[in-house]
Amino acid sequence: MYPAQFEYHTPGTVREALDLLGRHKDDAKLLAGGHSLLPAMKLRLAQPKHLVDLRKVPGLSGIKEEGGTLVIGAMTTHYQVETSPVVKAKCPVLAAVAGQIGDPMVRNMGTIGGSLAHADPAADYPAAIIALGAEMVAEGPKGKRTIKADDFFKGLLTTALADDEILTEVRVPALAAKTGAAYMKFPHPASRFAVVGVAAVLSVDGGKVGKASVGVTGAGTKAVRAKGVEAAITGKGTDAASIQAAAEKAAEGVDVQADLQGSVEYKSHLLRVFAKRAMEAAAAAVK
Amino acid sequence: MATARLLGASIKRREDPRFITGKGNYTDDLKLPGLTHAVFVRSPHANAKIRRIDTSKAAKSPGVVAIFTGKDMTGVNSLPCGWLLPELKIPPHMPLATDAAHYVGDPVAIVIAESQSAASDAAELVAVDWDVQPSVTSTERAAAKGSVQIHEVAPDNVAFRWQIGDGAATDAAFKSAAVTVKKRIVNQRLVANPMEPRACVARYDDSTGEWTLWVTSQNPHVHRLLMTAFVLGIPEHKVRVIAPDVGGGFGSKIFLYNEETVCTWATKQIKRPIRWTSSRSEAFQTDAHGRDHVTDAEVALSKDGKFLGLRVKTTANLGAYLSTFAPAVPTYLYATLLNGVYEWPAIHAEVTGVFTNTTPVDAYRGAGRPEACYLLERMVDAAAAALKMDPADIRKKNFIPKFDNGYQTKVALQYDSGNYGAAFDKLLGMLDYKKFRADQAAARAKGRLMGIGFSTYIEACSIAPSKVVGSLGAQAGLWESGKVQVHPTGKVSVFTGSHSHGQGHETTMAQIVADSLGIPMDDIEIVHGDTGRVPFGMGTYGSRSASVGGTAIVMSLDKIKEKGKKIAAHLLEANPKDMEYVGGNFVVKGSPQKAIPFGQVALTAYVPHNYPEGVEPGLEETSFYDPANFCFPFGAHACVVEVDPDTGHVKILRYLAVDDVGNVINPMIVDGMVHGGIAQGVAQALWEEAVYDRDSGQLVSGSMMDYTLPKADMLPFYETDRTETPTPVNPLGVKGAGETGTIASTPAVVNAVVDALSGLGVDHFDAMPLTPERVWKTAQAAKSKK
Amino acid sequence: MKKTVSMTINGAPQSHEVEPRLLLVHYIREQAGLTGTHVGCDTSQCGACTVHVNGVAVKSCTLLAVQCDGAQVLTIEGLAKDGKLHPIQDAFWEKHGLQCGFCTPGMIMSAHQMLQRNPRPTEAQIRHDLEGNLCRCTGYHNIVKAIQYAAEKMAGK
Repeated sequence: MYPAQFEYHTPGTVREALDLLGRHKDDAKLLAGGHSLLPAMKLRLAQPKHLVDLRKVPGLSGIKEEGGTLVIGAMTTHYQVETSPVVKAKCPVLAAVAGQIGDPMVRNMGTIGGSLAHADPAADYPAAIIALGAEMVAEGPKGKRTIKADDFFKGLLTTALADDEILTEVRVPALAAKTGAAYMKFPHPASRFAVVGVAAVLSVDGGKVGKASVGVTGAGTKAVRAKGVEAAITGKGTDAASIQAAAEKAAEGVDVQADLQGSVEYKSHLLRVFAKRAMEAAAAAVK
Repeated sequence: MATARLLGASIKRREDPRFITGKGNYTDDLKLPGLTHAVFVRSPHANAKIRRIDTSKAAKSPGVVAIFTGKDMTGVNSLPCGWLLPELKIPPHMPLATDAAHYVGDPVAIVIAESQSAASDAAELVAVDWDVQPSVTSTERAAAKGSVQIHEVAPDNVAFRWQIGDGAATDAAFKSAAVTVKKRIVNQRLVANPMEPRACVARYDDSTGEWTLWVTSQNPHVHRLLMTAFVLGIPEHKVRVIAPDVGGGFGSKIFLYNEETVCTWATKQIKRPIRWTSSRSEAFQTDAHGRDHVTDAEVALSKDGKFLGLRVKTTANLGAYLSTFAPAVPTYLYATLLNGVYEWPAIHAEVTGVFTNTTPVDAYRGAGRPEACYLLERMVDAAAAALKMDPADIRKKNFIPKFDNGYQTKVALQYDSGNYGAAFDKLLGMLDYKKFRADQAAARAKGRLMGIGFSTYIEACSIAPSKVVGSLGAQAGLWESGKVQVHPTGKVSVFTGSHSHGQGHETTMAQIVADSLGIPMDDIEIVHGDTGRVPFGMGTYGSRSASVGGTAIVMSLDKIKEKGKKIAAHLLEANPKDMEYVGGNFVVKGSPQKAIPFGQVALTAYVPHNYPEGVEPGLEETSFYDPANFCFPFGAHACVVEVDPDTGHVKILRYLAVDDVGNVINPMIVDGMVHGGIAQGVAQALWEEAVYDRDSGQLVSGSMMDYTLPKADMLPFYETDRTETPTPVNPLGVKGAGETGTIASTPAVVNAVVDALSGLGVDHFDAMPLTPERVWKTAQAAKSKK
Repeated sequence: MKKTVSMTINGAPQSHEVEPRLLLVHYIREQAGLTGTHVGCDTSQCGACTVHVNGVAVKSCTLLAVQCDGAQVLTIEGLAKDGKLHPIQDAFWEKHGLQCGFCTPGMIMSAHQMLQRNPRPTEAQIRHDLEGNLCRCTGYHNIVKAIQYAAEKMAGK
């Protein structure tokens, strides 16, 4: 399978990349790790006339900590996140999520920015990004802006990024003290995408959940916050009954889609199962 | 000096060095001067008439060499069907559809260009004016009233109605039965998915008027015969078909397909070589699919669990056209195996073959036998459940007792040799069955759902006695050729009509020869897959290479030795009748010092200065072996699973297999084939399914993202062992090992999942695969009934 | 439209004018003439095309040749040194980790990275790390055995 013809650009700066986007508009696509875009191009489902490769843009890759926030360059690969000592120390759930994406070769190439900007409804990162309260930094012709995770995923393969913007950075707050987090996923056996995935971040003090943040992916057209679950567990204990009761709300507000992987009924059920498992694991991880 | 026997030794494969270093020679690796590249334009619709095909815009696309549609292919015939049944309806199956396309992927034009990318670009510009018709893909609904009529020649979309067994005796058995059990058995459609996609390179040499076709084929001579004699009408001897290294087949590379036929035709038109390589997406849509049966099965039983009768009504989906051997698969390769390893007073089976707007269905690893085995082993467990018997006990109660030479079944076949109870006992020992039941009970008490499933299977392989299959409708003989050419230096070239696409023939067949001649394996080459070098042969499928192909080689080796004895006797001034062949030497019986080594005899045959009267020079023999019967491998498999009650996910905890494939040439290779076969059968039980959208007729599981092939982390190590009951059918005593795992494993897994959920009231699954959702929903439904 | 790309494959410099849409795997197979790297699917699932680019395993069907300008590429043909098989190649042979051979180059290249990153993997880790490589012949049994064997041999060195 061969992609249709296109022109290939390797901008050396974000500014150059933005200029190319501005010049070619809808005819241009950004190429990050390429593991969603190139397969679509091979099947000719996507036929951009201009491909703007971000790999030569310095500064877009790498992970650092700035005052309690992990600053992850958009071109940082899943493998880099998975194995990063600072991520593993400050936000281990994010490393765990990265380690569950695709397969080793995909993780070597795929990037956090590419995954988030593509917004595949069954991608793993979005659930965690929402649960962790991350922020996306986008650069456009008018400069930089920050988009909260809750506002980022707009719909099927659609984000808050404007056509002329580039996602450059993901800012993930380090886990606070007395907080545990976990991501639990029911992978599709072939694609390894999430049939459902639930990320839970629970702060627990004195046996009670102070703050709960739960993101879900896979079941609907986009990743969303499971507000019902959060409300139901906040202020409660982390005993099995409380978690079970809260998990029952996991499908509320999710536009669950039936497909080959499951009916609405089954996927809704899985959301509840994995919400429970994620909260149990998060509670167990509280330090 | 006694040397260790090479037969039965786990010798490392001689073909591996080229594969592990990237030096394999697959069809798509071939480069020829002036090579062009083909892309096919295919129907995006399940059923549509073609009003017009406009290639004018595509023809102007850069790099295009030629574009042909079916209308250009004048004088070309339909792809043939090689197995006929009484009153079989055979719709035309043109290499390029001209008037209508009947499944998604049906090819309608070929675009040939200087590069594959240029051909892909131009193919997008071919404009087909489609008149889209309603379609039917469902096996069950194909012949129903009001269904779409696909082919004029086949009213109600019925290709054939066929039956076997004794209907009256079976009806009587059911009337007298204490208990009857009836189940719906669905054997879903699968896609073979060898890792190497199909490919071909066709070259016409204008100076000689000869063609060479490199093609991913399991049987290059059959490919050539069908293509030249039936479709293209070109002289068979002018076409050389080469199947080089082939990356797996599993049946899907047996058949004559549209693509290589069109490329062979087109290369003469453009006088340049053409390469076509399937993408995986095309492979899903166009490689012949497997299975796809819907069956109602009934068992009649005595109160104490003896089988009295089996009644089977199957609808088999054949797809849009009859693929090469399609009619044989759901009839003679299926219903003749319904006797299993059990004693049955009466069996009757009816099969209806139907056309649908789907990819043609043909043999896929096991081909009919997995469908029979699944049905039978599922019904045996269902019968045990109905009588509240242990599934091991009901099997033991009904096994055919040990026999060495012949058992007549109720469905035509006569088994060769069998000892079914012994294999099962060995399995139960490996398993520690009693302990498992105790562990299972303890786990259940804690809410864990563990289960065990058995499959005591039999299959018919070593295909096949020509007279028998001819009387059943085969349009070909199913013998095999084996030529042994001894060179003057004593080195040996062996030419086999079998074809290796993973089976390791270059090793196992050399073991046969080295063992027989007592010469080093390094002195032996095995040549296969080339009609220009190998005598006409029938190829590899139906677990036939060792038993049929191997025997043809043994026959030639015997002839070589007989001739060698004459030559050696002459040199020793002895009587040929007093000669024997021992450890690489022709020896006068009782006088070991009177010996002539093999190499000296070989040289003498080519330099016959001192030579016996009336013996021809040279040392080369060809044999054609037509087996007297099928061979019948059997065995017992068990699967232990645990089901996640929350998700329905099935985890395989253990998989055990005791197989009896007769004598074993190379245990390492046999084990490897068993492993791979098990994985494919497990995958049918749990993961694989070709799904068509009911309304659009689109294949919605048409990629490796959607169609679940097993991965390493979904499977355990397999615990395998053997019993060895040599077959009397052939001199090697080998039965066949290529398909046993696939045939046996599917019911073992399903029975295990049913057993795991039996405490919840689950007694059956109406369909496979047992996806988490199906398992969970079935469990929920059973619980709510309770 | 065409671009010049230069890279080294198995230590040998390569330079060709190519269309930007040319995938690395086709560059390796058609331009560099190294056909040990295979194409088994079109959705980045099967892993038959696995090669190393700048030291990491990638699916060469999901990478453009132009993206690899200046890169060091290692393919199955570059693994044996001075006629001596790499221990993983040897292990696949010894443990019968292949049948038709089509997935094998990708399997070996994937296993190569696996053992670089984790020289003594458990069975479960081996199976998990093979999730990007499909084999239809072996049922994975002997592939896992081969990687275990290779790990032992390589650790013993």
